[in-house]
Amino acid sequence: MTIISSRIPLIYTPKVLELFRNPKNLGKLDDTSVVAQAGSPACGDVISIYLKINDKEIIEKASFESYGCAANIAAASILTEMIKGKTLKEAWEITWEDVTKELGGLPAIKYHCSILAVGALKRAIRKYYAEIKKSLPPWIPKELSREEKQALEVEELIERMYKKFSG
Amino acid sequence: MSHIHELLKKHGKPPREVYFDHENSGWVPPEVVEEMLPFFNLKGYGHPAITNLPGWEAYEVVEMTRRLVMKVIGAKQEDDIVFTHSGTEANNLAIIGTALANRKKGKKIVISSIEHPSVIYPAQELEKMGFHIVMVPVDKEGFVDPEILNAIVDKETILVSIQMVNHEIGTIQELQELVKAAKDANPEVIFHTDAIDALGRIPIDVNKLGVDLLSLSSHKIHGPKGVGVLYIHEGIKLRPIIHGALSTQKLWPGVENVPALAGFRKAIELAFDNFEANVTHMRRLRDRLLYGILDSVEDVLVNGPVEDKRAPDNVNVSFLYVEGESLTVELSLRGIYVSSGSACTSRILEPSHVLLAIGRKHEEAHGSIMFKISRYHDEEDINYALSQIPNAVRRLRKFSPLVPKHKTQ
Repeated sequence: MTIISSRIPLIYTPKVLELFRNPKNLGKLDDTSVVAQAGSPACGDVISIYLKINDKEIIEKASFESYGCAANIAAASILTEMIKGKTLKEAWEITWEDVTKELGGLPAIKYHCSILAVGALKRAIRKYYAEIKKSLPPWIPKELSREEKQALEVEELIERMYKKFSG
Repeated sequence: MSHIHELLKKHGKPPREVYFDHENSGWVPPEVVEEMLPFFNLKGYGHPAITNLPGWEAYEVVEMTRRLVMKVIGAKQEDDIVFTHSGTEANNLAIIGTALANRKKGKKIVISSIEHPSVIYPAQELEKMGFHIVMVPVDKEGFVDPEILNAIVDKETILVSIQMVNHEIGTIQELQELVKAAKDANPEVIFHTDAIDALGRIPIDVNKLGVDLLSLSSHKIHGPKGVGVLYIHEGIKLRPIIHGALSTQKLWPGVENVPALAGFRKAIELAFDNFEANVTHMRRLRDRLLYGILDSVEDVLVNGPVEDKRAPDNVNVSFLYVEGESLTVELSLRGIYVSSGSACTSRILEPSHVLLAIGRKHEEAHGSIMFKISRYHDEEDINYALSQIPNAVRRLRKFSPLVPKHKTQ
């Protein structure tokens, strides 16, 4: 049975609208070190994060692709701005709440957009160490971070709903 | 804390605007507003159930609007028309009121899988009260098959509710045939149709259709918000679902919205004055917009039927690889106001049930955009829309990770 919630228009902050209109760091990177994705087409939200990482483990360039609502595009865009020039360790410490705050806030129903953006970033960082460096630094826990877990939950929820509707 | 003022400031007023969201609600022309204004403070501001001059004046409005509604749908007597305060209320009264008054005859209620939420949700409420709800499937254009309906309706069935015109994809049901199919299976069955999206688009004749109950709404025909209608054929039993005193109507208490009723009457007059010409005009613009989009944008799916089986005002397409909510914001910034069947706009994390019912995948439903043509649109409006839509879609596709690789080169 459908969960009914009240429906007010999505009241985006000027920052969200600005980034939707003029997103920064858009598209694939030519010299990507690592790329990771969060979300699923079925749920209407996908964020891909591209990172160019130098020898000192500093993010030289970051970019994104997005399929989703205005909040999704804005969250991915601002996150790529926030991590540029940061070390991977510093980037790892960014939470979805930090991204939401940077956007001047999001409607509660759109929190998952920040979660997916940070989830994609953390997946990229984990992948970089696991697949390229072949070992995880001590500051990356073996078990998934909050955002990685939540991204997974969103993806699984949609998978279940999709099965329900596809019979 | 709401940022609505900052949002509006940031959005700004686009130099050119075309409103295509008449499905959700529309603007009200000045002639209609003028008709309403005296009833706020010059006359008829009383209660239409009270015996004094302002009350009589108010009652005259209720009566005149009722007579015009009767005329345009072919109703025979004044008691057949109940005014509610919205189309949602009319549908709720039809579903719950009929079920409660006829529960001794049976517990089965049949609705189509693409009904408006104001039919589906009350039906779901009835399910909690022990009624049995069966949803008839639709084909990929949204049509209910009369044979399937005939097979589903049985002696236990007290009510069938099938929309005349679908609100999202514009499917015009073969309603007369569906009524016949249902009544052949059970002559006692009560047939309700939500005709809210049919009014002003296709002729409605309750006698020819053979329906027992029919819902209408003012704000879908450039009337003011706040008036719904339920037509009830003589002899059909309903129980009131809200209770109160002092009303001119037995089935719907609460003071009638007299200014809105005055406006609704004017809106009906305007829609029916040149009915054929209005419909022809809408249909022509509908096809210019639809085929214009198909000619200028790749990977677009048409949701619902085309040509004569589709409502003359409805265009609904899915732009693949983009998400509908971001496209509504993108188009809004360009002064084109539309809505989407995407999950992101629905607040319930599910895309439009109508699009899923006609077999669209989730990601196809997410990219859906609905345009509703009005008789007030002209060629220039369509030209402007067609000058913006391809660019809007292109911009969002440029950074969508879903665009297949061979299409990005």
